[in-house]
Amino acid sequence: MSRPGEPDGVLLEVHGLTKSFGSVPVLRGIDLDVREGSVTVLIGPSGSGKTTMLRSLNALEVPEAGIVRIGDVAVDYGQAPGKKLLTRLRAQSGMVFQGHALFPHMTALRNVMEGPVVVQRRPADVAREEALSLLDQVGLADKADQYPYQLSGGQQQRVGIARALAIRPRLMLFDEPTSALDPELVGEVLQVMKGLAEQGWTMLVVTHEIRFAQKVSDQVLFIDGGFIVEQGPPGELLVAPREQRTRQFLRRILDPL
Amino acid sequence: MPVSGTTWQLIRDSLGPLLDGMLRGTLPLTVISFLLGLALALILALMRLSRVRLATGVARAYVSVVRGTPLLLQLFIIFYGLPSLGLTIPPFPSAVIAFTLNVGGYASEVIRASILAVPRGQWEAAATVGMDYVTTLRRVVLPQASRVAVPPLSNTLISLLKDTSLASTILVTELLRKAQEIAAPTFRFFTLYSVAAAYYWVVCVLLSFSQGRLERRLNRYVAT
Repeated sequence: MSRPGEPDGVLLEVHGLTKSFGSVPVLRGIDLDVREGSVTVLIGPSGSGKTTMLRSLNALEVPEAGIVRIGDVAVDYGQAPGKKLLTRLRAQSGMVFQGHALFPHMTALRNVMEGPVVVQRRPADVAREEALSLLDQVGLADKADQYPYQLSGGQQQRVGIARALAIRPRLMLFDEPTSALDPELVGEVLQVMKGLAEQGWTMLVVTHEIRFAQKVSDQVLFIDGGFIVEQGPPGELLVAPREQRTRQFLRRILDPL
Repeated sequence: MPVSGTTWQLIRDSLGPLLDGMLRGTLPLTVISFLLGLALALILALMRLSRVRLATGVARAYVSVVRGTPLLLQLFIIFYGLPSLGLTIPPFPSAVIAFTLNVGGYASEVIRASILAVPRGQWEAAATVGMDYVTTLRRVVLPQASRVAVPPLSNTLISLLKDTSLASTILVTELLRKAQEIAAPTFRFFTLYSVAAAYYWVVCVLLSFSQGRLERRLNRYVAT
């Protein structure tokens, strides 16, 4: 499904993304293509730049240089893009955070409806129906009227996913969505994400869940020191990595002892 | 001094006029100044929190001057001082201006701190659903900040209610001035001032009660 300005099937394009915090470089020229409907998993040690890279895709971080194109919205960070353009870029993707990002003073339903009603000005009754069906999709139809503090961590994350979906993005971004969860709650969140992948959502996921990468992803990127060190299908990269650094990293997280 | 029949008489007779002073002087002065002061405080707090150096500096200087000078003096400058510059403002508006400026300075620090108490992740989450700065403040940050701000702002309101008695010195007919006017010809200051004090106290008790209810309401979405 190609639209004007979009080369065949590539939904996300990243070129030469560069970013420093002060004098510390965190991204040193990231290039990446993501095909529509594919799942990309980003792995790498902490401080490698994977989260910064993900946050640069919806302008939560503003890199010094580099181009990000999602669908028909392209931003050249080197050209000091205006607020309007960054807002348009942001609307292209839904973001799920590590945790604690639901609006605590709103019910689950209101959290999901907030973007559509307040920002996108869709009629409240339509948005409500859609929000309820999204909550149903993440298995929380019966929790619509609960406040975040009444939900478990896993349930909160699933509401977060529904909230991100509600703005009708073209791309879903996940920043370590299960890292802050108790181990027994991880599965329910990964299940929902797997379901999204099966529905054909284009997804970028920063995670340490190697099993998820193996089962669900189409490509895996190993990021270290602000570079993409290695990338490939999970069957290759996770099983027989070419790079020494990738091997070391995988050994450390798969067999920490 | 035994409480004589005439004292009870005096108390009874003064209740009406003093209530009038509360309802037509003290309360409107308090409510109007507090609401305008809060609006000013929000603007000052946002200026302090902005990345514009000039805005930050102006807000900082303003708070410093307001907190560093006596409220009574601020009232005098506006009511007795400005006429010499050709600007004469009647008593009630003078008092409203002085109290608004004063509340604005104190409350801005409260509001600034309570905005800072809202986690940064809330701003980011709001941004990802497409909200701009004003929408984020209105829908996400201020509702959460208000929970933090209510107890200290209630202090400000209660202080303001009592501080409006200072307006008696610039001829505003509020509760204290009413009491003075009734007491002066009879020299029954103790009785009249005591009744006035009782009125202030009753209203403060009512305000504290409302504060408790408001806090419980704002805390309903927080696990306890």
